[in-house]
Amino acid sequence: MANILVFSEQAPVAFELLCKARELGVASAAILSGGEGANANNYFAYGAQKVFVGADARLENYSADLYADALAQIVETSGANIVLIGSTKRGKELAGRLAQKLNCGAVTDAIGLVTQDEKLAVQRYALGGNTIATDVIATDRQVIAVMPKTFEAIKQPAATTVEIKVSVQLCEPRVKIVERKPKAAATAHIESAETLVVVGKGFAKQDDLALADALAQRLNGEIACSRTLSADYHWLAEERMIGISGKKCKPRLMISIGVSGQIQHTVGILGSKIIVAINKDKSAPIFKIADYGIVGDLYQVLPKLVERIGKS
Amino acid sequence: MDIIVCLKQVADLQQIRIKRETREPVLEGAPFIFGQFEKNALEAAVRLKEKNGGKVIALALGNAKIKDTIIEALAMGADEAVIIPDLALAMSGSANVAQVLAAAIRKIGKFDLILMGEGSADNYSGQIIGRVAELLDIPQITYVRELSVEANRVRATRDLEDALEVVEADLPAIVSATSELNTPRLPPLTAILKASKKPIATWSANDLGISADAKAVNTLSNLAPQQERKQVLFEGDVAKAVDELVKQLQKEGVV
Repeated sequence: MANILVFSEQAPVAFELLCKARELGVASAAILSGGEGANANNYFAYGAQKVFVGADARLENYSADLYADALAQIVETSGANIVLIGSTKRGKELAGRLAQKLNCGAVTDAIGLVTQDEKLAVQRYALGGNTIATDVIATDRQVIAVMPKTFEAIKQPAATTVEIKVSVQLCEPRVKIVERKPKAAATAHIESAETLVVVGKGFAKQDDLALADALAQRLNGEIACSRTLSADYHWLAEERMIGISGKKCKPRLMISIGVSGQIQHTVGILGSKIIVAINKDKSAPIFKIADYGIVGDLYQVLPKLVERIGKS
Repeated sequence: MDIIVCLKQVADLQQIRIKRETREPVLEGAPFIFGQFEKNALEAAVRLKEKNGGKVIALALGNAKIKDTIIEALAMGADEAVIIPDLALAMSGSANVAQVLAAAIRKIGKFDLILMGEGSADNYSGQIIGRVAELLDIPQITYVRELSVEANRVRATRDLEDALEVVEADLPAIVSATSELNTPRLPPLTAILKASKKPIATWSANDLGISADAKAVNTLSNLAPQQERKQVLFEGDVAKAVDELVKQLQKEGVV
């Protein structure tokens, strides 16, 4: 039977992974802490039978190097053959380093785990989002980093629980954190929006986004954007960016305006129920994945669309 | 200061076609390029060299055409290149590729900093940096949007989901670049012409004393997601097109 160890520096993500882990076999969790603050009870509530706690002052700040070292020691202690990690940025860098320490195969950014012929098959995007690959890790041990929100966190306490302290042996940290500047708390939650208005390079200047705002307001939706508008133009916050390096969204209605539809972007919108595209270029790839499209100048189309929706 | 930039040759993902019947990707005919993040890494390396002196070595794994692809890296300012044209090795998964890169870096010998993209354009797995860092036993600094080196110490601003984190580490270290780090230069024609005269060493797995292990990860299938979109397009008169669209959306029950 599979022996699964779950770790994420984000406790809610660890809870999601525990729910999948208890389906696959014996679920355990690892907590790494710089002090004594670990609360194993939350992990038991989501189905962990064992919680391994590695406490060491050197773990106060997250470092891929030390965290991988501590986790590798916990993997040895627990005898886990599958390690599930939350595929956050920190989790992804940890997965690579841990897998190398354990000398095993790893898959990151997993979007699904299914049992196929008694093996654990891992789904992930490949070729920049053109395809979904299904992988099987061939080594005895497996490290899998799973995207947050892939599984639902539902409480189901394990029948018997035990907390095990592991005295981890660590080197001194080699990366020193000089300063941490927290980003403003998320104000937009585009992943949970029912309607999204997605803006792209077709907008000539930032002020023109008011046209899209008006539409989003009419539809009670949120504004999202392609990578360029956030990363290059800085017109919109990163939390609104959709794509392979941004968010993946599944709204009921997605209206894509002035977005050409490059694959790195569209991978984030494929889960939408209805996709509408507005673009002046009839050959834009976005029309290939749209249910409805208007070939036209967004500066003409948007005011009319806002007006028409206002009437209905 | 000697900087090694690791580059992965990928097929231009915009030019991949999908077979309609089987949903299989067709890579034939797509040109081979380096990913965007890797160009950010290369640009950062060249700027550090321009400021601090030293040299930039481009290290790339790829197919038989890697010799052509690498010219772009040399034109952008790398001083020399090491290429490993071995498609089977390049496709053998992160665990093997990391072994090859680490072996090549050891063979290059002297280095202060290693740079790579935050993820490859095709798989974006982000595993390589951690694996190579572990093999070379050096610190890793990922998702970097600001980078400087002073007195044998690297200072970087990492772009994480919840915070920007300013960190420092002694060299040698390995750093991964985000697209916010810089805007990669477009080399002028003269630089492209000069690039082909720069030294390019071609190494094989044999030269590196590597025999690729069996793949650590096997891909059972790799297919485009099923998409059944209606693709109804309205053109011509804008008012009419908008009216038609809204009627359809009302029928769908989404407005």
